[in-house]
Amino acid sequence: MADDNAPLLEVANLRVSFPTRNGVTEAVRGVSFTLGREKLGIVGESGSGKSMTGRSILRLVPPPGRVTADRLAFRGEDLLTASPRRMRAIRGSGIAMVMQDPKYSLNPVMTVGHQIAEAYRVHSRAGAAEAKRRALEMLEAVRIRDPERVYDRYPHEVSGGMGQRIMIAMMLIPDPALLIADEPTSALDVTVQMQVLAILDDLCSQRGMGMVFVSHDLNLVASFCDRILIMYAGRVVESCRASELHAARHPYTRGLLDSLPRLDVPQGDLPVLTRDPAWLTDGAGGGVEG
Amino acid sequence: MANTAMIDIQDLRVAFGQGSDRVLAVDGVSLSVAEGESFGLVGESGSGKSTVLRAVSGLNDEWTGRIAVAGTDQTARRPKGFFKLCQMVFQDPYGSLHPRHTVDRILAEPIAIHGLRDADTRIDRVLRDVGLGPSFRFRYPHQLSGGQRQRVAIARALVLEPRVLLLDEPTSALDVSVQAEILNLLRRLRAEHGLTMVLVTHNLAVVANLCDRLAVMNRGRLVEEMTVDDLRHGAARQPYTLQLLRASQGYDRAAAESFRDYA
Repeated sequence: MADDNAPLLEVANLRVSFPTRNGVTEAVRGVSFTLGREKLGIVGESGSGKSMTGRSILRLVPPPGRVTADRLAFRGEDLLTASPRRMRAIRGSGIAMVMQDPKYSLNPVMTVGHQIAEAYRVHSRAGAAEAKRRALEMLEAVRIRDPERVYDRYPHEVSGGMGQRIMIAMMLIPDPALLIADEPTSALDVTVQMQVLAILDDLCSQRGMGMVFVSHDLNLVASFCDRILIMYAGRVVESCRASELHAARHPYTRGLLDSLPRLDVPQGDLPVLTRDPAWLTDGAGGGVEG
Repeated sequence: MANTAMIDIQDLRVAFGQGSDRVLAVDGVSLSVAEGESFGLVGESGSGKSTVLRAVSGLNDEWTGRIAVAGTDQTARRPKGFFKLCQMVFQDPYGSLHPRHTVDRILAEPIAIHGLRDADTRIDRVLRDVGLGPSFRFRYPHQLSGGQRQRVAIARALVLEPRVLLLDEPTSALDVSVQAEILNLLRRLRAEHGLTMVLVTHNLAVVANLCDRLAVMNRGRLVEEMTVDDLRHGAARQPYTLQLLRASQGYDRAAAESFRDYA
């Protein structure tokens, strides 16, 4: 069972593969990292395996996908051999996940209040009144101004930014130790994005929660997270402290950084990333473990 | 201005819905884009920036005010010649190309509609122009990557040799490395063909890269117009623009705290 001295999350040689007509496709090819009470960013382009890494932690890779690892442990407990019943207990109360788009992640025929209260009651023995009180507190914690009113709304009646805050409230109400956020703010406007990140930031520091933040946005991850893994074609090509991303050394990371248009200086043509086939095979060198 | 405005919009209003559900998506917008200029239209979702573009392109016919393109006042219904002059590129190259048409057929259609000759040479030329080459001509969209699809969408707009190109978030569905390629392509095409461009986006850095001038919109109104140089130096006059600029610089706990809604 849970070991308090173990790191929050240990991942060693994680592989996710999908059988296809043309042989086996490997979406994740040997990813390893450990996570403490920190914000870890996983950055990469589409198809880099960053989302599959996040999903495999919760054993949410859809069949026929296969997940293998030398070690995949949450607080010292092996996740790969955990029973389905045990996984259901861990999902939500131990590890929670926030997805990209609240439009598709909330139940459209249930009021948001009931959804949040349900998330609480599944993981505790609380009664209906207690669950409602906690749900209202949680809505307030994610800075929804009029929780009583929003409690009785349906998902289609709230804006995207509010929908994402509701998702976060629902995920955090069972008080998980680890939050996996898969592009949690990509569907939001920049100002709302910053406000939602501030909420996540506060909740992490107040509750001592760990977070895996999956995103394609280098600048955002660099300014928000403590540590970053850069993924390319299913592998971690570089890892560094977020504050030192600008000094990244792997040519892929450099190429990504250089291809971003900049606000501060006139640029003309942007440097275009040339992909080196060697990146597919060489080890996770280049960076220093932060 | 020495040269006449290519696009001139006066007091544009676009409303959706009826009675109590009526929403003014665009509320009295006036702006003018000179020939050969690249103009950015920036704002958050619901600001009306795309609606302005759709009214100019003729995709939305419920508007009031004045829209003139190349000196001609436009009405709700556009003559065929308008589309030879003014073409549009959409955000999602996965949705904007017919999945069961080859690249060749996608590009041949506008040529046939406008009764132009030399379809073969035109398709060949435009494919080279967008950096794809003739080997892509008989492929289907599903055989192309996102960046290649967006190149096909740009080729389809350019095959009629328009003078105005309207771009609605042309790179926001693409990875950053592909975004860089498309931005470079658009800059080159603009220089080679003397195109007038209107670019709608939420990304200030993209505007800074591709445009000379921009307008910021919020809730259907035009908040302010400025040059890209001013934008670079943070010389915005309106608090809304300053907030947008600050939010674009990455996560900052203190900044996020200070954000407010501007009506």
